[in-house]
Amino acid sequence: MTDPIIRIQKLDKSFGTLQVLDGLSFEVKPGEKLALIGPSGSGKTTILRMLMTLETISGGRIEVCGEPLYHMTKGGREVPADEAHLHHMRRHIGMVFQHFNLFPHKSVLDNITLAPILTKGEPKAKAEAHAMELLDMVGLAEKAKAMPSQLSGGQKQRVAIARALALKPRIMLFDEVTSALDPELVEEVLLVMKRLAAETDMTMLLVTHEMGFAHEFADRVLFFDKGRIVEEGPPDRIFTNPTHERTQTFLRKIIAAGHRV
Amino acid sequence: MPDWSGYLTLILHGALVTAQLTVMGCALALVAAFVAGLARLAPVAPVRWLATVYIEFFRGTSIFVQLFWVYFVLPFAGITLSPLLAGVLALGLNVGAYGAEVVRGAILSVPKDQYEATIALNLTRFARMRHVILPQALPLMLPTFGNNAIELLKATAVVSLISLSDMTFQAQVVRAQTGSTLFPFLTILILYFAMAMLITYGIRLLERRMTRGLDGVR
Ligand SMILES: Nc1ncnc2c1ncn2[C@@H]1O[C@H](COP(=O)(O)OP(=O)(O)O)[C@@H](O)[C@H]1O
Ligand SMILES: [Mg+2]
Repeated sequence: MTDPIIRIQKLDKSFGTLQVLDGLSFEVKPGEKLALIGPSGSGKTTILRMLMTLETISGGRIEVCGEPLYHMTKGGREVPADEAHLHHMRRHIGMVFQHFNLFPHKSVLDNITLAPILTKGEPKAKAEAHAMELLDMVGLAEKAKAMPSQLSGGQKQRVAIARALALKPRIMLFDEVTSALDPELVEEVLLVMKRLAAETDMTMLLVTHEMGFAHEFADRVLFFDKGRIVEEGPPDRIFTNPTHERTQTFLRKIIAAGHRV
Repeated sequence: MPDWSGYLTLILHGALVTAQLTVMGCALALVAAFVAGLARLAPVAPVRWLATVYIEFFRGTSIFVQLFWVYFVLPFAGITLSPLLAGVLALGLNVGAYGAEVVRGAILSVPKDQYEATIALNLTRFARMRHVILPQALPLMLPTFGNNAIELLKATAVVSLISLSDMTFQAQVVRAQTGSTLFPFLTILILYFAMAMLITYGIRLLERRMTRGLDGVR
């Protein structure tokens, strides 16, 4: 039995008086492809953002690669993590955002090489060679010199995926990476992700409303509602034979809205 | 018949002093604006407080009073400055306080998305600022910086208070000696306007250069 790469224990998160996560616990195995589904507002994005250290925690604990994310040991006692500890932990994790968040003032190539050069101290030539490999993988090698504003949404998102991969994180987080795209551009991004899932042993957490894709992509599906896991299991079971009434209602609504399962 | 060319030379000497004050004052204002503007956003609270005190103090009192203090009161504390240095200091710190708010505002108006991407890419605090946030904030600051520089140019006239012979001071001298108001004040009107146009034009050039990458035609 391998140790989990992510361990979330009794995690609480509130924004002011709004409690978004309430004692959430789950674990992710190394290399696992996990899909997080559930109605809008159920806290899926918040979970990914907390793993990326874009939020603070209100209570509980997260461990990544065997080390606490928001805590560190100092003088034999566990204290809240400082920026240096967060910096140390973030090297395990990468994230792709719904709205790509490319740097508009930098070329595609510079977007990808910026962090390897600045954060990892890679020589420029090496970083660029690796970036070109990644661009090749996402099918955009000829766009290396382009500015983000010259790309379509699907191309931007593929660059964003390459940019996150450039740091070789062990864990990748995808937050509704196709939901800001025009429908005809969704497929090219999903294709890249499918290939990625098949070819790497990276651990991946995926928040999506593309149920068909989740079905194909994931080893395990977590269904969230109101900050809690209502139901979890292999995609074949969750999508064809959900036991919980709320899961059934959710999937029925999604199908009615025109998404395939 | 007054010697107009002699008087013109006098005013031009004053213009040199005004230009000098403006350039040096702007340089100091720029440094003060960035130091205080970034300090306002520092993670350490006392640093933020210090910056706030500086900004509020210099925005809340007049340049006239500040200059008076720098030149006439600081000597009691053992700090004696030349009139030019006193003028630069007062002007630079005064305009820098306004500039600090511009720096802060521009940094905050860079979309939060950008900041979050830098965290996801594990950039250090310095690298985030240097390579992602400031390059996008700078073009937003420039137009207001231009206005601030022109404000500073116009405020230089206050230095005649500490016997510095700037353009306005010389115009008054000429007026007293010739009895003509039209000649000296029309001359400095044109000179002030020309200097302001120079600033406006310079800023516009910079702006064009900086935003070139942003609309994708680099
Ligand atoms: N920064 C924030 N401030 C206040 N409320 C927030 C913030 N971020 C998220 N929320 C709230 O938290 C809840 C969960 O949001 P989110 O994690 O985005 O859900 P999901 O991704 O499942 O749609 C929602 O009610 C949302 O309005
Ligand atoms: Mg969401």
